[in-house]
Amino acid sequence: MMNRYLTKGAKSEEHGIFLSKLRLNYIYIRITQLLLLIFLLGTWELTVKLKLIDEFLFSRPSKIWDLFIEMLTTGELQHHIYVTLLETVVGFILGTLLGTILATLIWASPFISKVLEPYLVVLNGMPKVALGPIFIVTFGSGYTSIIAMALAISIIITTIVIYGSFKEVDPNYLKLARTFGAKKHQIFFKVILPASFPTIIATLKVNVGLSWVGVIVGEFLVSKAGLGYLIIYGFQVFNLTLVMMSLFIISIAATLMYQAVALLESKILSIRNR
Amino acid sequence: MNRSIISLKNVSKLYHTKIDEIFAVKDINLNIEKGEFISLVGPSGCGKSTILSLISGLFPPTKGKIYIDGQEVTGPTRKIGYMLQQDYLLNWRTVEENILLGLEIQKRLTTKNRNQALHLLEEMGLTSYKDSHPNQLSGGMRQRVALVRTLATNPDILLLDEPFSALDYQTRLKLEDLVVETIHKHEKTAILVTHDISEAIAMSDRIVLLGKNPGHIKKVFNVPDPIRNSLPLKARNVPEFQNYFHLIWSEIEDDE
Repeated sequence: MMNRYLTKGAKSEEHGIFLSKLRLNYIYIRITQLLLLIFLLGTWELTVKLKLIDEFLFSRPSKIWDLFIEMLTTGELQHHIYVTLLETVVGFILGTLLGTILATLIWASPFISKVLEPYLVVLNGMPKVALGPIFIVTFGSGYTSIIAMALAISIIITTIVIYGSFKEVDPNYLKLARTFGAKKHQIFFKVILPASFPTIIATLKVNVGLSWVGVIVGEFLVSKAGLGYLIIYGFQVFNLTLVMMSLFIISIAATLMYQAVALLESKILSIRNR
Repeated sequence: MNRSIISLKNVSKLYHTKIDEIFAVKDINLNIEKGEFISLVGPSGCGKSTILSLISGLFPPTKGKIYIDGQEVTGPTRKIGYMLQQDYLLNWRTVEENILLGLEIQKRLTTKNRNQALHLLEEMGLTSYKDSHPNQLSGGMRQRVALVRTLATNPDILLLDEPFSALDYQTRLKLEDLVVETIHKHEKTAILVTHDISEAIAMSDRIVLLGKNPGHIKKVFNVPDPIRNSLPLKARNVPEFQNYFHLIWSEIEDDE
């Protein structure tokens, strides 16, 4: 039965041996990964139980799990997850969209592009998180400030990267379109934008990560709900179990979101290059 | 005044940079009759490609005027089809979508024009590839698709900017025949820019030899009938071909 799986689809005996090696290797990697996780969590649990490290500061896996189940039952956790996910998704979609639009404006006018160049350089260099207080006084203490934070972190780099890919399109494609009498907007929509599409999708992937940073920092600064809020709240009341649990949820959610965008990317690119 | 389909009158083109101005071409006078196949040959930097760009209206001449069918050229016109050194097919579009690009841009994508384009694709023997993407085609096939894309807008004049230079020798010879046949069949006027003297002789009715610094017309050759009347591949075997090649060759050598 095991052997049947290992040699599935083999064209010959030798191919079968090759395939089993490949698949066995894959299985070993997965098993080791799982064992490593169990080992790490086990060590954590054990060292706390043996009082080698302080439970008050580091909590322990089983306690985190209990809290997780408890908060799920009350429905409290779902609300926090929902708030953070919403802010992140809105942040990264807006960041990518507005960044692309800004890049388009800059592309359309060499004059605007030259005028804005030093501003983009300064804005790109600045740590956007430092703008936090300004967002709070401007947008208040609601979702808007947090989304603005996520947007601020991703929009400038998006603009720069996408504008760069617009400029990198081989000028001969533009010449080709112009020999057909194409207007500027036709050149953009028929050549520039589709040619830059892979870059735009790749930026989406980067922006998922950046938006998480923006949203969590935003929630640290000002919020009444969300996973970032749970971390800050847990820290203030010295409930480190709550902090750890939020960290786990953030890493899982961020990974899932990244994988979803990566899947979207490969789907779209495979449709394009059938 | 005259019946030429293309006519260049005292055309000069200057390029400006921060520190200099360069004459790309100076005082070009040239008349091209309907149905003629003209080649522009000459050393690098003699302004061959500049002349094509000027005729196509991509940029205006600094001095002088260019007329097509008696009308002054002020920008790209539908009468002209331009073929570049490489195929520049858009790799996210299928072959069919690629050949319709020009019609789309000119907002002339009617059922009739579309069918005409597909018919041209059939003439090139590429119908079975119409749903393929360019990266699935060979270099020669890609350039044939590019030819269909150029012809699909039904231009009267074809400007060919070294369209065979990126191809291997065999593909190139086959494609030369195909281009000449297609151009004659559809009664187009053509201007070919090339480095390759034998290609110029084999394909054209007249050869315009350009000199450089600044680009100017040095001499115009009328290709002898026996060569003219054969397709490019056979033309290379016509007895006069070698002599004629040496004639033009020595003329270029004088320049160096």
